[in-house]
Amino acid sequence: MYFLKRLLLLLPLLLFISFLAFTLVHVAPGGPFDRERRPASPEIERAIKAKYHLDEPVLKQYARYLGLIWEKDAQGNWHHAPASFDISLKYRNHSVTAIIAQGLPVSMSLGLLAFGFALGVGVPVGYFTAVRRGHWEDYAGSFFAILVICVPGLVVAPMLIMLLAIKWRIFPVALWGSPAHAVLPMMALGLYFSGRIARLMREGMLNTMQSEFIVAARAKGLGENAVLLKHAFRLAVLPVVSYSGPLLADLLTGSFVIESIFQIPGLGMQMVNSSLNSDYTMTVALALLYAALLLVMNLLVDFAYVVLDRRVKYE
Amino acid sequence: MSNSPGQRAWRRFLKNQPAVYSAWFLAALVLIVLGWPVALRTISAFGTRGAEFANRHQPDQLSEAQFQPPSARHWFGTDVHGRDLLSRARYGAQVSLLVGIVGAGVSLVIGVLWGAIAGYAGGRVDSVMMRFVDVLYSLPSIIFVIVLITTLEGVSKNWLAGIGAPRLGNSTRLLFLFVGLGAVSWLTMARIVRGQVLSLRQRAFVEASRALGAGPIRILARHIIPNTLGIVIVYLTLTVPAIILYESFLSYLGLGIQPPMASWGSLIAEGADQMNSIRIYWWLIAFPGGLLVTTLLALNFLGDGLRDAWDVRGRG
Repeated sequence: MYFLKRLLLLLPLLLFISFLAFTLVHVAPGGPFDRERRPASPEIERAIKAKYHLDEPVLKQYARYLGLIWEKDAQGNWHHAPASFDISLKYRNHSVTAIIAQGLPVSMSLGLLAFGFALGVGVPVGYFTAVRRGHWEDYAGSFFAILVICVPGLVVAPMLIMLLAIKWRIFPVALWGSPAHAVLPMMALGLYFSGRIARLMREGMLNTMQSEFIVAARAKGLGENAVLLKHAFRLAVLPVVSYSGPLLADLLTGSFVIESIFQIPGLGMQMVNSSLNSDYTMTVALALLYAALLLVMNLLVDFAYVVLDRRVKYE
Repeated sequence: MSNSPGQRAWRRFLKNQPAVYSAWFLAALVLIVLGWPVALRTISAFGTRGAEFANRHQPDQLSEAQFQPPSARHWFGTDVHGRDLLSRARYGAQVSLLVGIVGAGVSLVIGVLWGAIAGYAGGRVDSVMMRFVDVLYSLPSIIFVIVLITTLEGVSKNWLAGIGAPRLGNSTRLLFLFVGLGAVSWLTMARIVRGQVLSLRQRAFVEASRALGAGPIRILARHIIPNTLGIVIVYLTLTVPAIILYESFLSYLGLGIQPPMASWGSLIAEGADQMNSIRIYWWLIAFPGGLLVTTLLALNFLGDGLRDAWDVRGRG
């Protein structure tokens, strides 16, 4: 019941976010046609603007964006004006959905790979550093975790390319296509998050290992592995689960730095370029996509909490 | 032996070796970054060789020696314009650290005020203010930053042209970075402070102050905000590296520091631009990147150490 209510609340929330994003991008100076060849005359510029209704008040434009405008034509008949959300102002022979449909699969597969990499590295590192607390494995693992948090993709990606692609020629330098192309971007994108996840996992394990039910499980005579893996792990992974929500929303919508260094045609590039180009409809659509992903992911995270930790209840 | 909670926390902090070494490292870095120009000026007074040395280490000094690998003459090598990379990196350190500290300061002011007001007012005001934070969380911050910086730039360009000083544009960029980076980084701070204030305002000493007739502003300023400072400082040390990182990202986009100014991020971005499969100019990325990573490491160790010593968890 609780989750149904949250699901229903998503829609008005997204509507509000779209309104906020829409006004935000329109407030910024400059328009989508500024960086093109200067129009021959002010009349032409005005005509282009009028064609895309950029000369109307922002509120009316927003209504048009959603397709809530009816107009009277020359004959005096009322017509429904088509919704403008699907018209890219920069690439005018492509629709917004077509551009997103092109970039999203790329960003999503790279994002999922990086997410898998981050989990695959971060969870074991966090687990073992906590279990071996105070031993050298802990120091080495914890140092690795904090180190990769401090190395931005901006530094990792060129270094990986220089070593693994240019010097030793193991992987291709850039572009997207074969599985081999995905390895370096996956590592460059996922490394930072593996450090974050390792730290969360370690903290979660340390906290859980002190709780009474673990002491009780040990007292019952359960083996150390059963205690840690079956009982502690389940709760210790919760911080990682709640971090995964926003993380996935972030990763699936692409990363500008990684995409531009490896020349991958994903959404991260679109996100930055559309805001720089004042491609209003594109920017708002991408912001909405991100927000929708984030909200849905957070909902899933809360749902996962109920499954993993039976003590959690939402009314 | 004095034993106030603050002193106990301080002793715990001093036992944390990585954190203490990091603090020394950061202090040394700041000292070198600020002292280097003074040292150069002093050296230039010592004859022609000294003057040549000082001249070679000017961050904007162009030369014929392009893409020199690290050597005794240029410790960090030289860049595409033959500039000494060590001096560039020193200059970049100044900008990166400044942006990190001031940006974190801006986020601190907004976050603390927002969180304190929301938490203290409670009720409807609180829920409206915090829903606003939630909504901002769900907007991609990069879009927000781009809009903010381009807006500020547009406004200031007109204004500077109006007062007849369009050349000031380059240094105002730094100002926009402070504002823009601060404006996207205050959300978590606001949440943490609000959580603190919610519990503080129920305490007896706040109640007593209210009973004595203190107004809300006085209670916030004298009793509540000072009591959140521990957590705020801890979180601040973790915000500085985040902002330095974000600045490097913006510089990479071309939205950050404009040449001939430099930050670590813009130096790395320049290095990444020069990358090709024929020649590897590894020093262009390795040295600014290494400095950036070391500094971020030190800041993170310091923040972790402070957090453990004061025993604050990321509440909020």
